[in-house]
Amino acid sequence: MSKILVIGEISDGKLNSGTAKVVAAAAQIKGDITVALFGADVSAAAADAAKLDGVTKVLKIESAANANPLAAVYAPQIVELAAGYSHVLFPGTAFGKDTAPRVAARLGVQQVSDIMVAHSPTSFDRPTYAGNAIVTVEAPAAPAIVATVRLASFTAVGSSANAAIESASSSAALPSHTRFVKLEAQKSERPDLQAAARVVSGGRALGSSDAFKIIYSLADKMGAAVGASRAAVDSGYVPNDMQVGQTGKIIAPELYVAAGISGAIQHLAGIKDARTIVAINKDAEAPIFEVADFGLVADLFTAVPELEGKL
Amino acid sequence: MKALVSVKRVVDYNVRVQVKSDGSGVITEGVKHSMNPFDEIAMEEAVRLKEKGKLTEIVAITIGGAKNEETLRSALAFGADRAIHIKEEGDVQPLTAARAFAAALKKEGAQVFFAGKQAIDDDANQTGQMVAALLDIAQATFASKVELDGGKAVVTREVDAGLETLEVDLPAVITTDLRLNEPRYLKLPDIMKAKKKPIETVTFADLGVEKGAALTISKTSAPPKRSKGIMVKTVDELVSALKSKGLV
Ligand SMILES: Cc1cc2nc3c(=O)[nH]c(=O)nc-3n(C[C@H](O)[C@H](O)[C@H](O)COP(=O)(O)OP(=O)(O)OC[C@H]3O[C@@H](n4cnc5c(N)ncnc54)[C@H](O)[C@@H]3O)c2cc1C
Ligand SMILES: Nc1ncnc2c1ncn2[C@@H]1O[C@H](COP(=O)(O)O)[C@@H](O)[C@H]1O
Repeated sequence: MSKILVIGEISDGKLNSGTAKVVAAAAQIKGDITVALFGADVSAAAADAAKLDGVTKVLKIESAANANPLAAVYAPQIVELAAGYSHVLFPGTAFGKDTAPRVAARLGVQQVSDIMVAHSPTSFDRPTYAGNAIVTVEAPAAPAIVATVRLASFTAVGSSANAAIESASSSAALPSHTRFVKLEAQKSERPDLQAAARVVSGGRALGSSDAFKIIYSLADKMGAAVGASRAAVDSGYVPNDMQVGQTGKIIAPELYVAAGISGAIQHLAGIKDARTIVAINKDAEAPIFEVADFGLVADLFTAVPELEGKL
Repeated sequence: MKALVSVKRVVDYNVRVQVKSDGSGVITEGVKHSMNPFDEIAMEEAVRLKEKGKLTEIVAITIGGAKNEETLRSALAFGADRAIHIKEEGDVQPLTAARAFAAALKKEGAQVFFAGKQAIDDDANQTGQMVAALLDIAQATFASKVELDGGKAVVTREVDAGLETLEVDLPAVITTDLRLNEPRYLKLPDIMKAKKKPIETVTFADLGVEKGAALTISKTSAPPKRSKGIMVKTVDELVSALKSKGLV
């Protein structure tokens, strides 16, 4: 039977919502599931992880050195911990993408990036070419399979379990070549883009950060998170953590509203799993309409406020 | 101070790739190729650092068949001083590429290894991190700002929560994100000059690299198609459509 080590992620002291989706991927592989949490004090996150359905054990690896998620510092500890496990799974987030390859290389294995489906303990589907070609890969089982999980492909497991929480420590030598300086986090009262059921995104058409207000306002009316195209981020209308797409966040909301976004392949790569896509664009030929469930050819500066008013 | 910059030849980002009907891969024949966009950003950053006097030499490096020489010529036109062509045909997976880059980095005694954060063909997002792991040196991935000073680099990174800043000792691996810079447009005189710059050809064997275990790709398939939806004429129609689906 597989023994699966899930590397949990902590955001703002709490368990990141992606961890429950990585556990769902582990459940698809089938096996005994342990969640490992690194940090200075991970007790709150550990309590949440212990509730995730299918998890049998939660390991806390707490130390001052682990206060910030530095790949170079976590990797040697994960490599040590991985002994005896058949799989080491990471969330397909910036944290997971930064850390997993460092672990895979140390273990001498090729990594499977962005698992969408586990057909068996060693066979997986993953996206390439911005999601336009899905490859089925077979990974050698030994010494271990190291992978990241494409979060948009999995539904979070429930929270009715009661796994054991244990402390673990590591004797791995930790490097001093990498030092955390600061994190400038965007504080927002709005739902988290990666977990939200509804998302409203704006593109280059908005033209300024001031004009983006109509997008925020519609989102607030709908209880939605706010996203953006690369062009809107590059132009400085919104911060980088709002980018949706191949190289931004890959999301799977129930409802995605794209206003003034053309629908480049790189953007579409981030929204393919949205249940319903609504596009508002003044160009009837915009490629976004090829994937939209509901398309409206209109000027967003009138259509977006009108939509807000009529909801 | 010397920098090594990896540049991969990939299907151009504007191409909508087609999966072969027998599931053996994607159609790459007769399709436009260019330098991986993230590697253009890496080249641009290295050149800017050299223009600022922070780097003294830039070496571009690629792994692939004969056509990769085009990619190296572009890198030389950007401003690389010379190039290394690791000539290997076929599928080279990230750990294998990383082993070759790590060997070259050591041989060259370069202090910085710039790579793109991901190659837009395999979308792996692994190679840079693996180079750092193999050499046990620092990594700063997804960079949106890089400052080199003395034996250190201060790098701002794009992470899910916002922007993170790290200080790393050199040698280090830096992988580039979209907002690090806007790559220059290559000018004809630079393209001409690039033709005269030296390209050294080596193989994995020369670098002492073994391919090792690989992932086997058993099948390539097209993603499920989204069915074409309906066009509504007014906001009212949109609202009632969303209401009828219970979405608002
Ligand atoms: C390596 C690489 C990675 C990339 N990764 C990403 C990524 O992760 N995410 C991403 O989004 N992009 C990504 N891109 C960029 C992508 O190719 C597009 O350039 C980008 O998505 C375009 O953003 P946009 O749709 O906002 O702008 P545009 O393409 O300029 O589209 C603007 C749209 O607004 C419409 N419009 C204008 N005015 C109005 C109005 N008043 N009312 C209604 N509609 C209006 C126009 O008709 C047009 O369709 C990447 C590119 C590369 C090369
Ligand atoms: N065959 C290759 N030739 C040159 N550079 C490569 C190659 N493979 C990977 N790279 C570098 O590693 C980065 C990340 O690639 P990947 O890990 O495949 O997503 C790319 O942006 C390149 O800079």
